[in-house]
Amino acid sequence: MKNRYSFGGDEHLFVECSEEMSLEAFFKSLSMTNAIRESGIRGVTEICPANASFQIKFDPDIIKPDDMLKEVRAIEEQAARSEPVIGTRIIEVPVFYQDPWTHETLMRFRERHQDPKSTDIEYAARINHFATVDEFIAAHSGAPWFVSMVGFVAGLPFMYQMVDRPRQLEVPKYLRPRTDTPKLTVGYGGCFTAIYSVRGAGGYQMFGITPMPIYDPEQKTSYLRDFLVLFRPGDIVKFRPIGREEYDQAVADVSAGRFTPAMSDVTFDLREFQKDIDGYNARLEGAIHGR
Amino acid sequence: MGAKVIKPGLATTVQDLGRPGYFHLGIPIGGAMDRLAMRAANMLVGNDEGAAGLEAVFVGPELEFTVETTVAVTGAEMPIFVDGEEKPGWTAFRVKAGQMLSFGYLKSGARVYIAVAGGIDVPTALGSRSTYAIGALGGYKGRPLAAGDDLPIGRGGTVKEGRSVPEALRRMPGKPAEIRVLPGLYWHRVTEEAQTAFYEDTWKVAPEADRMGYRFRGGRALSFVPREQPFGAGSDPSNIVDSCYPYGSIQVPGGTEPIILHRDAVSGGGYFMIGTVISADMDLIGQMQPNMPTRFVKIGMDEALSARRERARLIDRIRQSLN
Repeated sequence: MKNRYSFGGDEHLFVECSEEMSLEAFFKSLSMTNAIRESGIRGVTEICPANASFQIKFDPDIIKPDDMLKEVRAIEEQAARSEPVIGTRIIEVPVFYQDPWTHETLMRFRERHQDPKSTDIEYAARINHFATVDEFIAAHSGAPWFVSMVGFVAGLPFMYQMVDRPRQLEVPKYLRPRTDTPKLTVGYGGCFTAIYSVRGAGGYQMFGITPMPIYDPEQKTSYLRDFLVLFRPGDIVKFRPIGREEYDQAVADVSAGRFTPAMSDVTFDLREFQKDIDGYNARLEGAIHGR
Repeated sequence: MGAKVIKPGLATTVQDLGRPGYFHLGIPIGGAMDRLAMRAANMLVGNDEGAAGLEAVFVGPELEFTVETTVAVTGAEMPIFVDGEEKPGWTAFRVKAGQMLSFGYLKSGARVYIAVAGGIDVPTALGSRSTYAIGALGGYKGRPLAAGDDLPIGRGGTVKEGRSVPEALRRMPGKPAEIRVLPGLYWHRVTEEAQTAFYEDTWKVAPEADRMGYRFRGGRALSFVPREQPFGAGSDPSNIVDSCYPYGSIQVPGGTEPIILHRDAVSGGGYFMIGTVISADMDLIGQMQPNMPTRFVKIGMDEALSARRERARLIDRIRQSLN
C-alpha cells in the first residue's frame, strides 16, 4: 500500500493511503497522523485523519510545501517499519433501533428513497441479504466499529466495522438528501455508520437513535464538560441495542447529569486482530465494563 | 455596553480571524470570509487585526450605539450612514452614544466588515469569537444576530477619525472574477477534455453560496476516466471513500456543479475534488454575488506562493499607510 500525495492549494498536503476502504488503509492513516503529531514538524497547523486518507494543513510561510512533503514521506517509511499498535478507547453507545423519531422523519422523506414502500432499516436488511431486521440489527451491533473520521460537521463520527470484507454491510445514501435528520440519529451510508451530532440535512439511511449526546457546545453534559466533542479518530465503538424504557431512562439520566458512557482504555494490535477477528473483538468488548 | 441590534440584516455574524486546530473534529476554522477586509477594518479603528467584528452579507444591519466609539466599514461597496448622514467606506469615523449606524443597498461585492474600537467583546469559544452557526458555537450565542441583541464592545484606544485605506490597496474581484486554482487531489479522475473545459468555461455563482461554500453553474459537465468504483466509495463516478476536504477545495458532485469550500467548510465527505483555490484568492470569493461570472485560472505551486507573498505585502502596505 503506497501513499499518493497531492497538494491541496498552498496550505494543505493531501495523502491517500488507499483508493478503497479497508482497516489496513485506515490504520495506516491513523498511525501516520499520530507519528506526524509526535514529530512536531514546525508549521503544521492541523492534522486530520480520514477513512483511508489524511490531510495536513501547514503554513507555507514557515515550511515550504516541498519540505513538508519530504517530512511526511520520511514518516511513511518510518511508519512502514513501526509496530501496528495503538492505544485507544472503547466506548459503548446504546442505540434505540427503529425508534419513533427517526421513523417519523424517514416517513416524511419517502419520495427521496430507493424503496418508498419499506423503512430504511428494512431496505438495508433486505439488500444485505438478512432474513429479518433483527438479524440485521444483530450484525450492526454485534461487532465493534473504528471511528475512522470525525467531521463533516462538528463532532460527527464516521465508523467502519471491524469485520472482514465479506461481512461488511453496505447501503447507498438516499437518492436525494433529506433536509432534516434528528440529532443523534444512527445512520448508514456506503460502508460507514455515523451518528449525527447535530440536527440537519443528511443522506444516510436512518436506523435508530442514541440517547447519549456526543457534541455539546455549551459543555453542560456531565462527560462533555472538559471538551465539547466526545469522539476522536481511532476510538472503538460498540453499539448496544436498547428499548424505549431504557432510552427514556438514559435521556433522563443525561439531563440530570447522571449518565456516564461506559468506556475504557484499550490497546489495539492490528496483527493480533487479523489472526482472530471475532475472538479479538470479544476481548475488546470485555474491556468496556472492565472485565 | 455597546450596540443594540435594531435590524440584524440577512445573516450578520461576529467573526475574527478564525479558530484553527479543530478541523480534525469537524469544527472548521471559520472567521471572516474576506480576511484582508476584516484586518483592514480592525487596523482603521486601532484594534488588533484579529479582533472580532461583524460580517454582514448582502444586507447591512442597523445598530444603535450606547457608547461613543470609532467605527470602520470595509469590504463590499454599500452606502454607510450614521443617523442618516453618509460616511465613507474603508475610513474610520466616530459614532456617538445614541447614534444609529445603518446601510443602503449593496452596490458591489457581497460582504461588509464592521470593526468597532475595542472589538465585539463576546466570550471566546475554543480560542476564537467567530460564529460557527451549524455547531451553535462562538459568536453571539452561537448564531447570527437578531433584533434586540445587545452587542458588548471592548475597551478601545483612541484613533484619529478620518484615516482611510487608499483605494489602490483595497482588493475586490474583477469581472469576470478570476480565481486561481492549483490542480490536484483527484484531478486525474476527469478526462483531459474535461480538464481543459473546466478552465475554458465561464461559470456563474449559483444562489447556493454561503460561508460553507460557493456553488457554480454554467460550465460544461465534467466527464470521468472510467474505473470500477473502489470498495466503500459509492456508485457514482464522482464518489470517493470519504476523505478530508481542504479549505478552498473544489468538489464537483456528479461532475456538474463545482462547489468551493470556504471558511465554514464541512471537514470531509465523499465527493472527489479537482483542485484547490490558492490561499491568496480565498478573500475574493467572500466578495462574490450570485450570478457573478467567474473564470478559474490554472496555476502551479510557485505562482501560488508568489501570489501569497503578494497578498501579504498588500496587507503590509495597508499597515504602513495607516501608521
